[in-house]
Amino acid sequence: MSEDYNLSHLKQLEAESIHIIREVAAEFENPVMLYSIGKDSSVMVRLAEKAFAPGKVPFPLMHIDSKWKFKEMIQFRDEYAKKYGWNLIVESNMKAFKEGVGPFTHGSKVHTDLMKTQALLQALDKYKFDAAFGGARRDEEKSRAKERIFSFRDRFHQWDPKNQRPELWDIYNAKIQKGESIRVFPLSNWTELDIWQYIRLENIPIVPLYFAKERPVVEIDGNLIMPDDDRLPEQYRDKIVMKKIRFRTLGCWPLTGAIESEADTIEKIVEEMMTTTKSERTTRVIDFDQEASMEQKKREGYF
Amino acid sequence: MADNNTNNEKMSIKEFLDNDEKKDLLRFLTAGSVDDGKSTLIGRLLFDSKKLYEDQLDALERDSKRVGNAGEHIDYALLLDGLKAEREQGITIDVAYRYFSTNKRKFIIADTPGHEQYTRNMITGGSTANLAIILVDARTGVITQTRRHTYLVSLLGIKHVVLAVNKMDLVDYSKERFDEIVADYMKFVAPLNIPDIQCFPLSALEGDNVVEKSERTPWYKGPALLDFLENVHVGNDHNFKDFRFPVQYVLRPNLDFRGFCGKVASGVVHKGDEVMALPSGKRSKVKSIVTYDGDLDYAFPPQSVTITLEDEIDVSRGEMLVHPDNLPTISRTFEAMLVWMDEEEMDVNKQFFIKQTTNTTRARIDGIKYRVDVNTMEQTNVANLKLNEIGKVVITTSQPLFFDPYKDNKSCGSFIIIDPITNNTSAVGMIIDKVNTSDLFTPITEDDKKKMLVGESLVSPEQWQERIGQKGSVYWITGSDKKHRRELVYTLERRLYDIGQFVCKLSTDSLGLERMSSRDVAIVAHHLSKNGVAVICCGSELDPKVCRPEFSSLHIKTEGDDARDYTSNETVIEPTCIAQAVEDIINKL
Repeated sequence: MSEDYNLSHLKQLEAESIHIIREVAAEFENPVMLYSIGKDSSVMVRLAEKAFAPGKVPFPLMHIDSKWKFKEMIQFRDEYAKKYGWNLIVESNMKAFKEGVGPFTHGSKVHTDLMKTQALLQALDKYKFDAAFGGARRDEEKSRAKERIFSFRDRFHQWDPKNQRPELWDIYNAKIQKGESIRVFPLSNWTELDIWQYIRLENIPIVPLYFAKERPVVEIDGNLIMPDDDRLPEQYRDKIVMKKIRFRTLGCWPLTGAIESEADTIEKIVEEMMTTTKSERTTRVIDFDQEASMEQKKREGYF
Repeated sequence: MADNNTNNEKMSIKEFLDNDEKKDLLRFLTAGSVDDGKSTLIGRLLFDSKKLYEDQLDALERDSKRVGNAGEHIDYALLLDGLKAEREQGITIDVAYRYFSTNKRKFIIADTPGHEQYTRNMITGGSTANLAIILVDARTGVITQTRRHTYLVSLLGIKHVVLAVNKMDLVDYSKERFDEIVADYMKFVAPLNIPDIQCFPLSALEGDNVVEKSERTPWYKGPALLDFLENVHVGNDHNFKDFRFPVQYVLRPNLDFRGFCGKVASGVVHKGDEVMALPSGKRSKVKSIVTYDGDLDYAFPPQSVTITLEDEIDVSRGEMLVHPDNLPTISRTFEAMLVWMDEEEMDVNKQFFIKQTTNTTRARIDGIKYRVDVNTMEQTNVANLKLNEIGKVVITTSQPLFFDPYKDNKSCGSFIIIDPITNNTSAVGMIIDKVNTSDLFTPITEDDKKKMLVGESLVSPEQWQERIGQKGSVYWITGSDKKHRRELVYTLERRLYDIGQFVCKLSTDSLGLERMSSRDVAIVAHHLSKNGVAVICCGSELDPKVCRPEFSSLHIKTEGDDARDYTSNETVIEPTCIAQAVEDIINKL
């Protein structure tokens, strides 16, 4: 019997990610996996389950709830964590929430800063996590193309793109001082197509919002927004129409544009993706609200 | 390639996905500057392959909004904008990773800048690459930069090199010019032992021989670049011979399961194989190779698996499972090629951390054998290495490493050096081999030569003291009561050992074949103590008078003994107080 020593690209990516995840579990005292409930997070979470099977994943999952997430996301999150036995932490910037911060009243920049970035930083400080996994990919955005897999953050959680540690082979430098931390991106080398392929191959559950369905939407500044609760401002309420739409990425509902689509299966989604020319983050409102905005947000501590 | 070109065959999305998920992966490095047309070449690969992709999916496309013309309206350089902006702003140019795929393969490009001050970026990007594309401008041919890139590629052990002779349009697609450049390159590259070198006449701008073969180079018989990239066989670049499994994480979900998680660094392991754990040398058999998706019969690199063993043997992170008939080198001292990556230059007196496989320990750079000029490959003697400099060094670690030479096994021959204060990755290295302590590097200075003439050691007692953390000492133990003298000698030896001292007992009675005189003992003891050793001199013949003033003299008091004072250092010990006397000595250290 001759043996085959070839691995498909997906199996190679999987092996690389598992290696990264285990390295973090071994080298850090208090890691956490950040969970955005999106498709990339779903893949990352499955990879963590794979890394420690048949054991339990030795770190918790944390969701930063901006309080403006789609209801279907929250439901999915809770069901998934329960079904797969995850220790789930949910944190929000309750102070800002009580003050009524939201994208409609404060704009996307302030909202994202307070409800996502600040909420995340508060939570990281609260639990004193020394490593945090994120599901970001290098093919997503220009500033991410250069980010390390082990990305060093100072005491203030800031990223310094000019001063990154060299990262070679599969040897990751996990040394930090007290108070500093590392953001870890096990999906760095995955592309959007790889993610969909893997979801299809592994039957990974994802939030149904990714699949096309008749849903109520309203056009706001050129984006198709699906009002998910009664916080939609008055002036848009009579402009709601039903359209067959789906989401390419998931975030806060007022900041995530839907696309009109017929893709109600993974095959159709991939097909649509292959023939579309827009990159996936074009439906994200926050990327365009200031010059070089993702790099700026990342410097400040956003993922 | 046949299936690529049959346009009539329409592929369903399901077929496409089924095919896609089986594709393998090629990671490659592009080295060259924007002037060589690197961005145009990458742009073309990225864009033209995407077009190929869409052609494949023609049947699936619902609208025909696709651009049909092959016009030159795309500014490829825009794709590389990130890097360009960085250069204009004068900030660190880094490695940028780009992704594309064809219906044959997925590709990860590590796009690195070409100038000498970016050597570390090229090393970083090349560390995970299977293949390197080195660009030359057909007008200028092989230049210093080409040599530097090729040297770095060979240093990293990249087995496949593509020499992309670009801008052929500007030399009228001249076969003679191409042949001249290739001959020039081959002559230079021969000593570097790169197993696979392919040369392509290209015009990235015009698209010649990039994605499709060009009619303008009828004399060129090879494939188009993309065709080559899609088909080059890199599966054997992994070492499948020497099984090495650095344990990454120990999994103990319950009392019945104890699994060793890790990535197969090299070789192949089968269920039932006899394995040995390093450094303990304990043996067992592989009980199972566990993954989330079920047990495997065998595992190979770069798979991440969990191995369980038949026997309960203790193995922790940083240790290694291997086949007992195929061991790696186990050594604390080795030679390596080191690339300095830190703005702060190397400090040879500093103790660093070294991380190799999953093992982290302390390391010291004993010395630099030479520095390599990355442009000319000339070797120079230097005292330290600065940013982007490469040298052959000798490194000693505090715990032994289990390694293979990098050329045979990248995973077990590579390491990083971490600064203990800044925690920065200061340097990276590739192990050449272990060194015998006798071959250790020693630069001989004029001062040294004077010392050598009078037989003085080149390593000072102070250096020894720093190295082993103890100051040499000599205990000169005399007294005619043999029983009590022995008790003192052995108690002292044991206690010094217990507190971590290097200790050596020298006796006039029992050393070697011939008895030593007191004088001999004093000379040997003196020498050992200069090397930091604690020496206990004893024996029935040991003469108190020979004791040197720098020695501590311990005299066991015997019946009727008078307290004598041969040296100012003498301590007279009552036979009943030996244990206390030893503790006093230890406490004073």
